[in-house]
Amino acid sequence: MTYLRRFFRYWSDFVVGDDWTLALGVVVALAVTWFVTHHGRNWYWLLPAAVVALIALSLRRVSRGR
Amino acid sequence: MKNESLLLLAVVLATAVEMIEALTIVLAVGVTRGWRAALLGVGAAFVVLGIVVATVGPALSHLSLTPLRLIVGGLLLVFGMQWTRKAILRSSGYQAMHDEDVIYDSTRVSAIAVPREGSFDGYSFIIAFKGVLLEGLEVVFIVLTFGATQHRLAISALAASLTVVAVATVGVLIHRPLSRVPENALKLMVGILLTSFGMFWSAEGAGVAWPGGEGAIFILIALMVGASVLLARALRRHHQRTLAPQVPS
Repeated sequence: MTYLRRFFRYWSDFVVGDDWTLALGVVVALAVTWFVTHHGRNWYWLLPAAVVALIALSLRRVSRGR
Repeated sequence: MKNESLLLLAVVLATAVEMIEALTIVLAVGVTRGWRAALLGVGAAFVVLGIVVATVGPALSHLSLTPLRLIVGGLLLVFGMQWTRKAILRSSGYQAMHDEDVIYDSTRVSAIAVPREGSFDGYSFIIAFKGVLLEGLEVVFIVLTFGATQHRLAISALAASLTVVAVATVGVLIHRPLSRVPENALKLMVGILLTSFGMFWSAEGAGVAWPGGEGAIFILIALMVGASVLLARALRRHHQRTLAPQVPS
């Protein structure tokens, strides 16, 4: 069990990293992008805007001591 | 074609960053405890990494490109954002820089403290194996994602392999950790490239039609460079302000 937990912990650290909000934000932004493009709108700007905002917010949290 | 050159650049830079870190660990145990077990550990790690690429790579290339780009591009995007974030935090002083000399010295101190038992040095084997495997997995992840989404697995793997040989050759020649390489700047460049390609592919997988087609990748890279420079500058200023002594009014 401990080995399995360590295995999953390693892979979640590997993919998600120090700040899980980045991964969650990307999932939400991609889901919204997928939804709107499948309803006839080409919101190509959404993901780049979300990525810059997510990184900026993550850095802001660190600089303010969370 | 230009996009492929950028992909290869990202693979080469990422491999260089990770292998410089692995080289420090291998050099420290090899110099301190002898080379036989350390080099066997390195060899075993490369065999495992090679098996991962040889099995997962072809399996990924059989999947349909649209969902593959959405999922793999999304993973690459999160991975790239982590690298970018970490490089900005280091350059602004909020996180300690990765210092190869310090890691080399501390690994040597630990290696001296562990007694040798038996004819085979299991400690050196495990430390070298783990060092190369863990650093190498990040490279494998990048090689696999680039290889799968662009169907260029062989050339991505070749670029990574040649970089490993180059880093190892320099390591053998100078016999010291490569601490003068501007690792953080390389890490930031890789982060920007991974984030940009991740955005491009995952959005395409979600159904987006990029204005300008593949040329949009250059706009995304420019956006990420601009945002990273501005964020690093703002964070550095904030860090210096908070460190400055408060003048009583």
